[in-house]
Amino acid sequence: MKKITFMVNGTSHAFTGDPEMPLLWYLRDELQLTGTKFGCGQGLCGACTVHLDGEAVRSCITPMKLVAGKKVVTIEGLGASGDHPLQKAWRELEVPQCGYCQSGQLMQAAALLRDTPRPSDREIDEAMAGNLCRCGTYQRIRQGIKRAAGVKS
Amino acid sequence: MKSKTVMSRRDFLKTGAVLGGGLVLGLYLPHGTALATEPPDGTFAPNAFIRIGTDGSVTFIDNKSEMGQGIYTALPMIVAEELEVDPAIIRVEPAPVAPAYNHALWGIQVTGGSTSVRTEWQRLAEAGAAAREMLLAAAAAEWGVKPADCRAENGWVIHPATSRRLAYGALATAAARLMPPKQVTLKPPAAYKVIGTRVPRLDTPAKVHGTALFGLDVTLPGMLTAVVARPPVFGARATRIREDGALKIPGIQRVVPIDTGVAVVADTLPTALKGRAALEIQWDEGPLAQLDSDRQRQQYAAMAKKPGAVAASRGDADATLEKAEKRLEAVYTLPYLAHAPMEPLNCVASVRPDGCDIWVGTQMQTGDRDAAAKITGLAKEKINLRTMLLGGGFGRRAVPDSHFTREAVQVSKAVGRPVKVVWTREDDIHGGWYRPASYNALVAGLDKAGRPIAWKHRIVCQSIALGSPFEAAMVKNGVDDTSVEGAADSPYEVPNFHCDYHMAPTGVPVLWWRSVGHSFTAFVVESFLDELAHAAGQDPYQYRRGLLAGHPRHRGVLDLAAAKAGWGAPLPPGRSRGIAVHESFGSFVAQVAEVSVGNRGEIRVHRVVCAVDCGRLVNPEIIAAQMESGIAFGLSAALHSAITFKNGRVEQHNFNDYQVLRLREMPVVETHIVSSGEAPGGIGEPGVPPIAPAVANAVFAATGARLRELPMTPERVQEATKRG
Repeated sequence: MKKITFMVNGTSHAFTGDPEMPLLWYLRDELQLTGTKFGCGQGLCGACTVHLDGEAVRSCITPMKLVAGKKVVTIEGLGASGDHPLQKAWRELEVPQCGYCQSGQLMQAAALLRDTPRPSDREIDEAMAGNLCRCGTYQRIRQGIKRAAGVKS
Repeated sequence: MKSKTVMSRRDFLKTGAVLGGGLVLGLYLPHGTALATEPPDGTFAPNAFIRIGTDGSVTFIDNKSEMGQGIYTALPMIVAEELEVDPAIIRVEPAPVAPAYNHALWGIQVTGGSTSVRTEWQRLAEAGAAAREMLLAAAAAEWGVKPADCRAENGWVIHPATSRRLAYGALATAAARLMPPKQVTLKPPAAYKVIGTRVPRLDTPAKVHGTALFGLDVTLPGMLTAVVARPPVFGARATRIREDGALKIPGIQRVVPIDTGVAVVADTLPTALKGRAALEIQWDEGPLAQLDSDRQRQQYAAMAKKPGAVAASRGDADATLEKAEKRLEAVYTLPYLAHAPMEPLNCVASVRPDGCDIWVGTQMQTGDRDAAAKITGLAKEKINLRTMLLGGGFGRRAVPDSHFTREAVQVSKAVGRPVKVVWTREDDIHGGWYRPASYNALVAGLDKAGRPIAWKHRIVCQSIALGSPFEAAMVKNGVDDTSVEGAADSPYEVPNFHCDYHMAPTGVPVLWWRSVGHSFTAFVVESFLDELAHAAGQDPYQYRRGLLAGHPRHRGVLDLAAAKAGWGAPLPPGRSRGIAVHESFGSFVAQVAEVSVGNRGEIRVHRVVCAVDCGRLVNPEIIAAQMESGIAFGLSAALHSAITFKNGRVEQHNFNDYQVLRLREMPVVETHIVSSGEAPGGIGEPGVPPIAPAVANAVFAATGARLRELPMTPERVQEATKRG
C-alpha cells in the first residue's frame, strides 16, 4: 500500500493503512492522542477539530490521503505546556464543564485568532458556529476568545 | 397544597439533610475493596474518602460522577474546609463500587437528582473533621501535649504555645495507627474559609490541555472495538442474521448477538462500522412498527378527555369553573428529547475467568456492577468498575437496565478479549431513553378581580419509573411522581385545584432528562399562568407575586430577577421581556428573558437575568456556570430539539436534524445568587425549567403569539402569530 507521510505536532509519521480512514482514528488509536474527540462522525459537532497546515478541519471526515505532506497539530501540540493564550484564558475563566468538546473549541478558536487576531462578535459567531457544546459553555468561550485576543468583552 | 407523592420524596430529602448529627458513621470501606491505585505503606486512610500520603499528598475518593457539574471540585472543597488543607492540592480519584459510597438516601451508588452536595455535605465534612482530629492527636502525642492545645492549618498541625509544627505528611504514619473519633465537631459557617469561595475547578487544566480521560479514551492491550446493530423500531427482534458479508471484511473478528442487538467486533472502530453496514438482519418489528408522532398526539388528546389518576386535589375545581367570571382553556405539548451528550455512550470491559474490569462513564455504578456480575457469573467483588469522566450525562448515563455496560460485558465474555463498545451519534439519537413526550390540557377560571379561583391540569405522559427497579418508590396510585412534579405541587395560591395524570402506553424507552418532569411542567405551568395574567389585564411579574404570598423563596428570586433585569423599564425597539419562576430539586430559580422575533418567526434571546436561591452554597462560580449551562440546555429544547417518529422509526439522525443551541444563539446570562442560610439545594438541574416559559412569555409580549408547543420553531411562531 502507498505510504503517506506527514507531521503530527512536529514529529514525522508514516501511514500505510486504508487511505480513506479518517484522521481522527489514526490520531486516537495509533498515536494515542486522545485529546481529539469523537462526537458525531459527520463533521457536525466540531469535537474532533485539529489543524491541517494551520486550517481548522474536522478530523472525523478528513481521510488519511488528504493528510499527505501536511502538518497536523492537535490539542496536545497547541501550546508546549498548555501555555497558548487561549488555554490560559480558558483556565482563568473556567470555561470547561464536562470538557469533552473543549479541545475542538480551542483548536477552532486558535485557527480563528491566527487569521483574525482581533475578532468581532460576528466573526466569533461565524467561526465557532460548528462547534457544539451541550454543557452550554458558550458565554465563557466567547469571553475566552476575547480575553486571549485582548479584545474588550 | 402539595400532592402526597411529591411530598413523600421531599420529606425523604429533608430527613436526609438532618441525618448525621456529628456521628461518624458509614464512612468505612469493607475489607478488600480495590481502589484504582493502592496506597503505599504509611498512607493515612482514616475513612473511605480521604488518604494522606507521607509526602503530604491528599487524595479524595469521590463517589459522585463528574459530568460537568463540578462535583470533583465541590466535594473536595467540603473535605478541605474541615481537613484544613488548600483544596488546590487535593487529587480526586473516582471511588470503586462499595456500600460506603452509596447515595445516602437511595442505597445505591448513583449521581442524580441534583442531590450530591445535599446528601454528601454532612458526611464529607465529618470525614474531613475526623481526619483532622486524628492528625491533631498524632501531633499532640508526638509532642506530649493536649490535642486541644494544638490547631490545624493549611496542612500543618501547630502547637502555638511552643511554636512547634508538623506537616500532615510527617504525621500520616502515626495518625494511621489511631482509632477514628466517635464524634466530631464541625465548623460553624462563620468560620468557613473554603466553602462559599470561588475555588477554581480542579479538573480545568486537564480539560484545557487535552489530557482529561473519558470512557472513550480507554485503550487496553489486545482490545477490540464493537458497534451494535440495534433494532430499527423499539421492541423489534432479529429473526435472521446474515453475517457472511461482514465477516469477509479484513479486521472483522466476530459477529455476536447480544441482548440489545447484534454486535460487530473488529480491530478498529472504522472497520466495525463497515462490518455493521454489511450485516443483513431481518427484524420482526413488533407492536411499534407503525408508531407515528402525529397519531400519538391524537391518542394522547383522546386520553385527556377522561379523568386520570389524581396527583393533587383541593377544593372543587369543576364547580368553581362553572361560576367563574372568565374561563381559559389551553393545550400544551412537548416532544420526546434525546440527551445527546457530546461524548457518545461507550464502555470498555475485560471479562476473564477470574474477574472482570470495566471502565465506563456512568451515573449508576451499583446497577452496572451487579449487571456485570450476573452476566459473567462472577461474584460482585470480582467486578472492578472504574468510573471515568463523563462527556456529559444529563441523566443519559444513569440507566436502570445498565444497557451500555451490559453490551460491553456480554461482548467481551463472548470473544474472551477486552472490548470497547462505541455508540455512534446516530446510535445515540436513535437509541431511545428519551425525555417523554407530554400532552397537557389545562382549564382555569378567574374571578372578577382576575384572580385564579380554579385550575385544572391533566397530564398525559409515559412513566419513567414503570417497569424499572424504581417503580415501587416512584409510582403511587397510578401516578409517576416524575410525570407530575412541578405541576401537582404548583406553589400558586389557587383555592380550587386539580391535577390528574394518564400513564401513556409504553414501548419507547424513556428516562430522566436534566430536570426530569420539571423540564416540561415548568413550561406548561409558567406559560399558562402568563396567559391568566394577560387575561386579567395584569403585569405577569406582579400577578405571580400576588399569588406567592406564602412562598417567600419563590418571591425572593422573582423579585431579584425582576429588579436586576429592570422589569418594566423601556427596552430597545423590537425587544420584549418574559419572566418565569420555578422550584426544583430544593432550589428556586427565576429568569427574565429579553427576546426579539425576526420577520420569519425566528426567536433571538439576547439576555437572560437569572436569580437562584439554592440555600447554603459551596462554590458560587460553579453555581453561575450551572445556571448558564441549564439555560443553554433549556434553550436547545425551547428552540430546536425534538425526537419524532414515522413508521416506527426516529426521524432524526445526527446534529444536522437533531439541532441544539449554537454559540451565536447564546444569550448574555447574568446570574444573581440569593444569600441564604436554608438547607442546600441542587444546582445541576434547576437552571433548566424556567427558561422555555420565560422565552415563550417574552415572545407573547413581543408578538401577541402564544406558543404552546415546543420547540418554538420559526414555523410555529408564524402560525401562532397568524392565530393571534
